[in-house]
Amino acid sequence: MALIRQTSPHTLGKNSTAQIMKLVLIALIPAIAAQLWFFGWGVIIQLLWCSLVALGAEAAILALRKRPLSFYLKDNSALVTAWLLALAIPAGSPLWLTLVGVSFAIVFGKQLYGGMGNNPFNPAMLGYVLLLISFPLEMTSWLAPQGAGIAQPSLMETLGVIFAGHSIDAWTMATPLDLVRENKSLTMAELWAENARLSGITGTDSLWINLAFLAGGLFMLKQKIISWHAPVAMLGSILVMSLLFWNGTGSESNGSPIFHLFTGATMMGAFFIVTDPVSGATSNKGRLIFGAGVGIITYVIRAWGGYPDGVAFATLLMNMAAPAIDYWTQPRTYGHRKPKRGMAKPE
Amino acid sequence: MATDSRVDFRERSLQGLWKNNPALVQLLGLCPLLGVSSSVVNALGLGLATLVVLVCSNLLVSLFRRTVPDAIRLPVFVMIIASMTTCVELVMQAWAYELYKVLGIFIPLIVTNCIILGRADAFASRNAPLPAILDGVMMGLGFAAVLIILGGLRELIGQGTLFANMDFLFGPTAASWELTVIPDYKMFLFAILPPGAFVFMGLLIAIKNITDARLEKARKASQDTPATGSKRVRVTG
Repeated sequence: MALIRQTSPHTLGKNSTAQIMKLVLIALIPAIAAQLWFFGWGVIIQLLWCSLVALGAEAAILALRKRPLSFYLKDNSALVTAWLLALAIPAGSPLWLTLVGVSFAIVFGKQLYGGMGNNPFNPAMLGYVLLLISFPLEMTSWLAPQGAGIAQPSLMETLGVIFAGHSIDAWTMATPLDLVRENKSLTMAELWAENARLSGITGTDSLWINLAFLAGGLFMLKQKIISWHAPVAMLGSILVMSLLFWNGTGSESNGSPIFHLFTGATMMGAFFIVTDPVSGATSNKGRLIFGAGVGIITYVIRAWGGYPDGVAFATLLMNMAAPAIDYWTQPRTYGHRKPKRGMAKPE
Repeated sequence: MATDSRVDFRERSLQGLWKNNPALVQLLGLCPLLGVSSSVVNALGLGLATLVVLVCSNLLVSLFRRTVPDAIRLPVFVMIIASMTTCVELVMQAWAYELYKVLGIFIPLIVTNCIILGRADAFASRNAPLPAILDGVMMGLGFAAVLIILGGLRELIGQGTLFANMDFLFGPTAASWELTVIPDYKMFLFAILPPGAFVFMGLLIAIKNITDARLEKARKASQDTPATGSKRVRVTG
């Protein structure tokens, strides 16, 4: 039962949900700009369409549940889910794909569990995983980034792909993680030399998009919206795992630590996904464990799993573990002794 | 017993098909229910097999109810159920081999289906053969109905078809029964995979609960007669 009322003092600080969510949206702007530069107009269309679907789905379910519409719609949380999902899926995805993903994220991932603050799973990642396991072809059709040697679709062509269902094949390209994953015969140096997509350490687009997410994340840290624990734990565990299992530069290599830190959804996951206050762990110690778990599972999936990237799966798995983590890491209340847990004998 | 058989029939049907539906209310036998309900033909095959095993085992358990000592009743029931399941398995191997291959391990696993042991212990071992058979039929139909609805939903949303591969069960003529409901449908793999089964199962249970709540409300509304006399609250002793 949500208590909908406002008590004094009626300040407009950063402590309201709507304010925090608005700052998260602002923190996403660098990443949006980077994706817009590399993948073209599709990004903006996806953002708009996702926002529309998310607000529509949220309003419809709120009406069914007889909850106040404007109070919940104005808290911007549906928009955050929508934008994260829009940035996670390929920019040239057809409208129906986004419709299915976003409405599933809002309806099944969030509202059916009781709405804002009650969802055990990160809604955006739930929508993403639904799409990934249901439509593997569409979800791996990433547009070639700017400067990778393949022509990019014009605005009209982008509209044709998204709205009219034209084939996207001519403009797509394997992502860096795909390339490293599929590689069987080339040494790392040869692989990098052969693929324009892999310019620099991780591919220009991967690097800049991850840096943009990092910038947004640092902004949120500065604004004290998120704490450093979960992101640092996740990035740290990816670094440690990729150092431990960095088996050289041969064709068997899983890629270097820097490659893993600045490719795929690493930075997005570290700052925008594992920091979710609802579906993540609560205490600082818990956040460290939660983030480390996401990082380790992400690396395991990338290196030995069935999918090129694993941030979404890792997040959902750790979401399931979050209640147990909270149980074991509950801090001692001042003035009370540390509670006995589990099998420990009470004195 | 014979005099109230009609009443018993209504009550047993209502219990099996709706009020105490094994799949929607008791939530028994979820493993095969979620495992094979990816298409109508799978669901129908497993539903029929479970129905036959349930009816036969209920009958046998009821016949032997006075000779089986209480202490070893469960092993005896399991042996009866296992032999019935083996019979069904052999029959399917003989006449519906394609379906047998598709259903695979779920046919032998009917032995472990909690509905069957549950009905044997809770009902058949305490009632005469005729009510026991009736209970088996109704519980089996209730289970099969949910299985088929779930199979239909998942096949429709997952593949855009209905009644595909019915020839597995009804011979070559049934091959043409396949309905392509949505042409050029992109496979929605989620509906066919296990998580989809859980989600659709949850939706079916929700629909049943909503219906029950509505029915209850309507019943209460029709029962509530307007209060007669003064509506004033009495405040003094």
